[in-house]
Amino acid sequence: MPTEPLSGADIVIKALVDQGVDVVFGYPGGAVLPIYDSLFKQNALRHILVRQEGGAVHAAEGYARSTGRVGVVLVTSGPGATNAVTGLTDALMDSVPIVCLTGQVPTHLIGNDAFQEADTTGITRPCTKHNYLVKDVRELARVLHEAFYVAKSGRPGPVVVDLPKDVLFAPGPYCGPEEVRHKSYRPQLRPDPARIGEAVEMIAEAKRPLFYGGGGLINSGPEACRCFAELVRLTDAPCTLTLMGLGAFPAADPHFLGMVGMHGTYEANLAMHDCDLMVAVGSRFDDRVTGRLNAFSPGSKKIHIDIDPSSINKNVRVDLPIIGDVGEALSAMLAAGPRSLRCSDTTARAEWWRMIEIWRARDCLRYDKSRRDLIKPQYAIERLYALTREHDVYITTEVGQHQMWAAQFFKFEEPNRWMTSGGLGTMGYGLPAAVGVQIAHPEALVIDIAGEASVLMNIQEMSTIAQYRLPVKVFIINNQYMGMVRQWQELLHGGRYSESYTEALPDFVKLADAFGAVGRRVEDPARLDDAIHEMLAIDRAVILDVAVDPTENCFPMIPSGAAHHEMLLGPEDEAKKPVSEEGMVLV
Amino acid sequence: MADIERHTIAVLVDNEPGILARVVGLFSGRGYNIESLTVAEVDRRNSLSRVTIVTSGTPMIIEQIKAQLSRLVPVHRVHDLTDEGPFVEREMALIKVVGKGEVRIESLRLADIFRARVVDSTTESFVFEMTGSGEKLNAFIALMEPLGLVEVSRTGTAAISRGTASF
Repeated sequence: MPTEPLSGADIVIKALVDQGVDVVFGYPGGAVLPIYDSLFKQNALRHILVRQEGGAVHAAEGYARSTGRVGVVLVTSGPGATNAVTGLTDALMDSVPIVCLTGQVPTHLIGNDAFQEADTTGITRPCTKHNYLVKDVRELARVLHEAFYVAKSGRPGPVVVDLPKDVLFAPGPYCGPEEVRHKSYRPQLRPDPARIGEAVEMIAEAKRPLFYGGGGLINSGPEACRCFAELVRLTDAPCTLTLMGLGAFPAADPHFLGMVGMHGTYEANLAMHDCDLMVAVGSRFDDRVTGRLNAFSPGSKKIHIDIDPSSINKNVRVDLPIIGDVGEALSAMLAAGPRSLRCSDTTARAEWWRMIEIWRARDCLRYDKSRRDLIKPQYAIERLYALTREHDVYITTEVGQHQMWAAQFFKFEEPNRWMTSGGLGTMGYGLPAAVGVQIAHPEALVIDIAGEASVLMNIQEMSTIAQYRLPVKVFIINNQYMGMVRQWQELLHGGRYSESYTEALPDFVKLADAFGAVGRRVEDPARLDDAIHEMLAIDRAVILDVAVDPTENCFPMIPSGAAHHEMLLGPEDEAKKPVSEEGMVLV
Repeated sequence: MADIERHTIAVLVDNEPGILARVVGLFSGRGYNIESLTVAEVDRRNSLSRVTIVTSGTPMIIEQIKAQLSRLVPVHRVHDLTDEGPFVEREMALIKVVGKGEVRIESLRLADIFRARVVDSTTESFVFEMTGSGEKLNAFIALMEPLGLVEVSRTGTAAISRGTASF
């Protein structure tokens, strides 16, 4: 149906509204002024003004990961777009659906080194799932709808739409989302039934199976996570999750062995090493998970269910690849019925569980609780977890030791509650991500478990938090070091702590005050509970600066270049198992 | 280390701005080899281009290359011609040879044997046009080297499956 021509900018707004977008995270500038003008004249879309474009993308990521919807970003040309690059790369690595609209200089100036011009599609090509430069307003509506389709279907990811200013002023036709069908992009969702049958047989026959779930489960949705849990329980197999998968299976369930990987639990890593069948579901055999590849789970057959064919056989050769949506694959497996899925050799299975219980009994997450004068970082997170049980809680993190401790000590019973930068490891992710989560869930308790170094990377977003009166809680595990850097320097570089100590940290209490938030500091373990209670009771943004033991290291740990069974359980192991030369060069 | 294999891969893509950069960026970004790459529009009505890539790597890398190519949004189809049965592979080269007297005659004689055509001539030079497999072109170019070879321009490999199968 032909419609009255709208301006390009109005087309943008209408397309967003028709896509069901209710909030956009952005920052204005010259090239996107027409869109901001159109925004001004309507009420359907809410705009959240961040303080730096990088923050906008992370906020949109937090929004997307906590809701399962597409996060939308609006930034200007040149520096607006280049500031967004880290967030886009982060979203690509962690498969977060983002549509990022970037302004561009008018089409006739492209290539002339105009003011605030950057080759945005060129710069973002390797860090987006796809990108577009719209040179003709007649293409605009179609491209915008296509961008949403590409961002959210298949393996989700970020999509950039670059919008020259003259296109935003030009009148053009509008078409709705239902009129747009992508020419070629049709990811395979339905798995091959024959392979599902084979997988069911392999699971029933396995003596020592292990389910290994990842972020793909969360992306597939709560129903996929429910199917995963049902399958694990039905087959009475142990299960582990990656950093990105936490929450896809209830942590309280005894089938859950904890997180796998470099700082995963002893029982999860040894189960991975010793299992005879590994069922990877929406996980990608990342190097943080596998450890040394030639010693990775040597005796197991591997089933790999993933929506992205390029994840199959990338790092680890698998015996049975199943391409499709993990939710569809899991429900197809469940449809085989309990009788086909249940283990045929119950003695072997009981023996497997007996071994796992022995590993579990090592209590690999234990830490020294003898110091009365210092807050252990693990203790701080344990208490935070314990005291927030009655709340509807969402956790974001920055990157480093505190992130790993949060993953180890904060337990998640459901998906979409845990927002962290896994693949890219972006310091500064947590605070803006918390903004996005709080916008999506205004009534919920949103906590950024932060490190004092990371949080400074996007601290300007405290101003956004103030503007929208977001009651975000920033729980800083303050050890005065870039803790993970310091830990690696201790392990690999003879304790030469080159540039990993921050000499001049801000006074976080005053900093909170300056941003209109409440600041508190706690140093005494005996006062920690009170401080957390107080933080939770305050109906505003709070920074709680928790001074922790500055020398604590994060264990257990698979040092780089080592295999799962070569884990370090604590400081006493450190000296006994020096890191290999090959391991030194790995990241 | 597994054996390195050489594969010819044909990719049908939307002929849109930046598509070649996407393909090339994928190869450079992920550290894959490109021995040859050719691209041209093959279907004007549907605006489709065909990219022919000759690459090499371990079987696992070749599998990754195909999976990564298929993952690009504007890619319609990826065919590994090396895996999918017999195929024809051709490359065209323009070869300029400068010289006088006996060497000049010798270059013409060899061109005749190799069925290269003369497409430009002066009293002191020839430009030969030659089509064939990459190896044949290499052999001819090597022979021209002592006979006054000054410049070579090659198209890179184009390939298509034999028989009735599409691709």
